[in-house]
Amino acid sequence: MADYKLTYGKIDRDLLKTMEAPGRTWYILLAIAIALVALGGFAFSRQIRYGMGVWGLTHPTMWAIDITNFVFWVGIAHSGTLISAVLFLFRVRWRASIYRAAEAVTVFALMTAALFPIIHLGRPWYVYWLLPYPQVGGLWPNFRSPLIWDVFAVLTYMLVSMVFFFTGLVPDLAVVRDQSRGWRRRLYGFLAQGWQGTDRQWRHYTSAYLFLAALATPLVISVHSVVSWDFAMSMVPGWHSTIFAPYFVAGAIHSGLAMVITLLIPLRRTFRLDLYLTQTHLENLAKLIVLTGLIVGYSYATEYFIAWYSANDFEWETFRYRALGDYAWGFWIMIVFNSLVPLLFFIKKIRTSTAWLLTISLLINVGMWFERFIIIVTSLARDYDPYTWGLYRPTWVDISITAGSFGWFFLWFLLFAKLLPVISIVEVKEQLPPPMMGEAGSGTQKAEGEEEAVR
Amino acid sequence: MNGRAVGVVGHFDQLDRFLAAIRELRASGLDNLRVASPVPHHEIDEALGRRESPVRVFALVGGIVGAIFGLGLTINTSIGYPHITGGKPIVSMPAFIVIAFELTILFGAIGTLLGLLVNARFPRLHIGPAFHPRFCRDQFGLFVFCAPDEIESTVQILRHAGAAEVRQVDGDVEV
Repeated sequence: MADYKLTYGKIDRDLLKTMEAPGRTWYILLAIAIALVALGGFAFSRQIRYGMGVWGLTHPTMWAIDITNFVFWVGIAHSGTLISAVLFLFRVRWRASIYRAAEAVTVFALMTAALFPIIHLGRPWYVYWLLPYPQVGGLWPNFRSPLIWDVFAVLTYMLVSMVFFFTGLVPDLAVVRDQSRGWRRRLYGFLAQGWQGTDRQWRHYTSAYLFLAALATPLVISVHSVVSWDFAMSMVPGWHSTIFAPYFVAGAIHSGLAMVITLLIPLRRTFRLDLYLTQTHLENLAKLIVLTGLIVGYSYATEYFIAWYSANDFEWETFRYRALGDYAWGFWIMIVFNSLVPLLFFIKKIRTSTAWLLTISLLINVGMWFERFIIIVTSLARDYDPYTWGLYRPTWVDISITAGSFGWFFLWFLLFAKLLPVISIVEVKEQLPPPMMGEAGSGTQKAEGEEEAVR
Repeated sequence: MNGRAVGVVGHFDQLDRFLAAIRELRASGLDNLRVASPVPHHEIDEALGRRESPVRVFALVGGIVGAIFGLGLTINTSIGYPHITGGKPIVSMPAFIVIAFELTILFGAIGTLLGLLVNARFPRLHIGPAFHPRFCRDQFGLFVFCAPDEIESTVQILRHAGAAEVRQVDGDVEV
């Protein structure tokens, strides 16, 4: 990945440049994000004031875009862990420059996702009822309920991701500390926890990092499986299916990769990081998207096949309704954007073009949001008895809180982009062959199998 | 480490010179070394003859505690308040394994973090005088504890090994 001319000092200078005082665009984007959060907050205050009736949720669709947003944001989180932990275990070198941003996406997406179950509770001040704690009545959460599994899975995922993210940051924070002055030096000095890169620190640090990655890997697979069981454990046509867990995990990584591309492209452009975030990185992400897109497309086909093959009227009717009923437009957005458009990445010219990458990744984001919407809403709107059928229409509250969640996510990402190194300084340095004697251009440096580091 | 340690710090620009210096010092009997580097390298640990980090034990113990805690929590609370939901048995292992699995991971991660904090002595509020910002940037630092009469010879060894800079300090890198 790296260039021959890179040195440790140059990496520091280049990557710390991203933390210089922000320009006007950053403030404008920040203002937009804050405005969206304020809008969502206002809508939420209306919900607190008047109750859940201000949402578009009515019988039979008691879950709609609130849960859509929850599943969407948890899904976005998944690619960050794939890139930071799974690719780390596989010793994939190109991961070094993108994992920090991807992991930030994980943490912020989970912070967004976790809001929705709380908002959706209706009486969010009782949120602690979800946690096991001894109380007078001796009552505990119902551990047989998938919704409680979800609390454990998502909370674990959030905590582990935050620990993993922060652990990875510490050596970089020390670099920032040593090259800043005044309050910044004190702040980053505090955050770096006295990191000095001594042999003892590195020895335990590298070991801890490896174990955190090894723990995060099965965790990421379990989390979206558990989220899918929120649906699959119930007897609702279109939900009660064994394919849900792998289908959701693949879909989660699909949407997350798209979000990472969507964010990396402007990051690379504004910070002029072409040397570190090369076309190869984006191309590799696009190749991964082809893989997840194929899995997602295969899952769509399997769902239809099983619905037909089961000869169950309700199941088949649900799937017929999805493709041809009231929400057919959303269904076709989902099919086209998630499983057909990504196939364009088979063409090298498309996956190496920034404009195409950005367009397709945005379309996948839209498509994956609609996938969750279609799964949740169509199955509830028409389940068994025509007597209980109904339609869901969002109100301004639904839409404002959704917009607020995007504002919340981008607010954190914008702060991250300016306050922390967006590319891991230490890991990029690790990719370089270490400085050796007889360096200065004689070409006789000892490489000791490090040659393939330079790609 | 004791705060009054006396020693010599060598700054090295190249990894191979740095490793050679470590080996040379250890061969001459000066084994009380501490090094600082901008990136981790297995060769450094090998040259210093360090053992494998015990963090893995913390991770394992954390995971085991988490699994036991997860199963204990779900089984005990269900038996303590036996209320049938969804027609399932009071102790529904398939459901409880999900909780136990998540808590295994959570406690394993917490154990790993604790292992890091305990073994690497984090957090650290003060940075010793032997530390130099360039050790986090582009230089390798080699700190040698030694008796006052050994200082001169140590400085010679470091200079000879190709150190870009040699300083005499009053205090450790870490404390």
